[in-house]
Amino acid sequence: MDKHQTALSVEDLHKRFGVVEVLKGISLTACKGDVISILGSSGSGKSTLLRCINFLEMPDKGKIIVGGEEILMETNRKGVSRPKDIRQVERIRTKLAMVFQQFNLWSHMTILENVIEAPIHVLKIPKAKAIERGKYYLDKVGIGEKLSAYPAQLSGGQQQRAAIARALAVEPDVMLFDEPTSALDPELVGEVLQVIRNLAREGRTMIVVTHEMGFAKDVSTRVIFLHNGLIEEDGAPAEVFGKPKSDRFREFIAVAE
Amino acid sequence: MDFSIIADNIDVYLLGLKNTLILVSLSLAIGLVFAIPLAVLRTSKNIFISGPINAYTYFFRGTPLLVQMFLIYYGMGQFESIKTSFLWIFFKEAYFCALFAFTLNTCAYTIEIIRGAIENTPHGEVEAAKAAGMSWYLRFTRIILPSSFRRALPTYGNEIIFMLHGSSLASVITIIDITGAARIINSRYYSPYEAYLTAGAFYLTITFILVWLLKKLEYRWLAHLRRE
Repeated sequence: MDKHQTALSVEDLHKRFGVVEVLKGISLTACKGDVISILGSSGSGKSTLLRCINFLEMPDKGKIIVGGEEILMETNRKGVSRPKDIRQVERIRTKLAMVFQQFNLWSHMTILENVIEAPIHVLKIPKAKAIERGKYYLDKVGIGEKLSAYPAQLSGGQQQRAAIARALAVEPDVMLFDEPTSALDPELVGEVLQVIRNLAREGRTMIVVTHEMGFAKDVSTRVIFLHNGLIEEDGAPAEVFGKPKSDRFREFIAVAE
Repeated sequence: MDFSIIADNIDVYLLGLKNTLILVSLSLAIGLVFAIPLAVLRTSKNIFISGPINAYTYFFRGTPLLVQMFLIYYGMGQFESIKTSFLWIFFKEAYFCALFAFTLNTCAYTIEIIRGAIENTPHGEVEAAKAAGMSWYLRFTRIILPSSFRRALPTYGNEIIFMLHGSSLASVITIIDITGAARIINSRYYSPYEAYLTAGAFYLTITFILVWLLKKLEYRWLAHLRRE
């Protein structure tokens, strides 16, 4: 059945920064249409896990398989792990769009230019078609009228929605969200969450690192709780929040609520 | 004071103006063309690539332009191997030596201006470019350099004006630029005040036009920093 096709899998992922081992062997599989929320206190490795998936951080050990294709790694003379072929990584990255905590829109480009940049220059889509597609996604996130504004002229919520449109415009197989609402003023969180919620409803495959318990509970199909670089809890939101197996997750929810 | 001597000899000043404009614009243009790739290489982590460029900019920013020009104009003739080679066709010309010195000098400064701007590119924007699947080349040509040029523009504007004023040194090695024209008029009539005030007026006017052009360019290029 198409629904259960694997979109992404991570096997035994390890990552250390100096002496600190941030990820101590993480495995997870995302099927098409899964919305996986990754929870965890700061320092638990949740952002690092997400950043390893698209190689913004180089994993030290482990496998990442996207759409059935494994990213080949090698170890250089100094013992540092790195991808064998950076072009493969670049190609895989176009299937994994990322939305950052700090939006990271390209500040010298207008909103529309931001959204059509990768479609035109990376995916080599004709400009007219990319513009059409860009406008479609900007409308979808509700900022269709802002397309000629520069990022600095928009509110944080609008910038994040533009960043989501930029991620959508490459029509990725999996969307990665790295704490998409953490840098926003409280009154702007709602508008961004609403956009992400709508995307989840469309059946898009998403991995969301978040602090928003409500979102994890109501929207995701699966919740993963990371603690000290290991998965402590993993399951459907109802069962995970209903009867948590781990004491630490119980404490985590208690503090959050 | 008698400014009629200026009016009578305006052709000398116009020749000087032409030479100043040619020397400055050529050296700036050639300097900029070389500075862009060298600035990119200067940011390399490989010391064998960034090291020589660093040494070059250190020397040319660390010594006076006049000394550099003397080294090239007077110094090259000291080497028999250069005097007997085809290079002498160029180095025996004061005009070429001035252009060569100015180009090397402005290139060094421009490398450092662009390098600074490259290194100040917001890290998140570079990461976003990586995450979008852009190659190293695309990241530089589409994101890092366009954003760096914009941020470097005000500083580079200063470099243009410094170069214009620095070019007056060319007059020391027999070139008739604006300052050279003033030297001729001064020695002909012994009226330093009129001669050099006129030269000053020429530089002031060029600077005024440059500042105006730069302001227009900044208005256009730095639109993304205005909150309207």
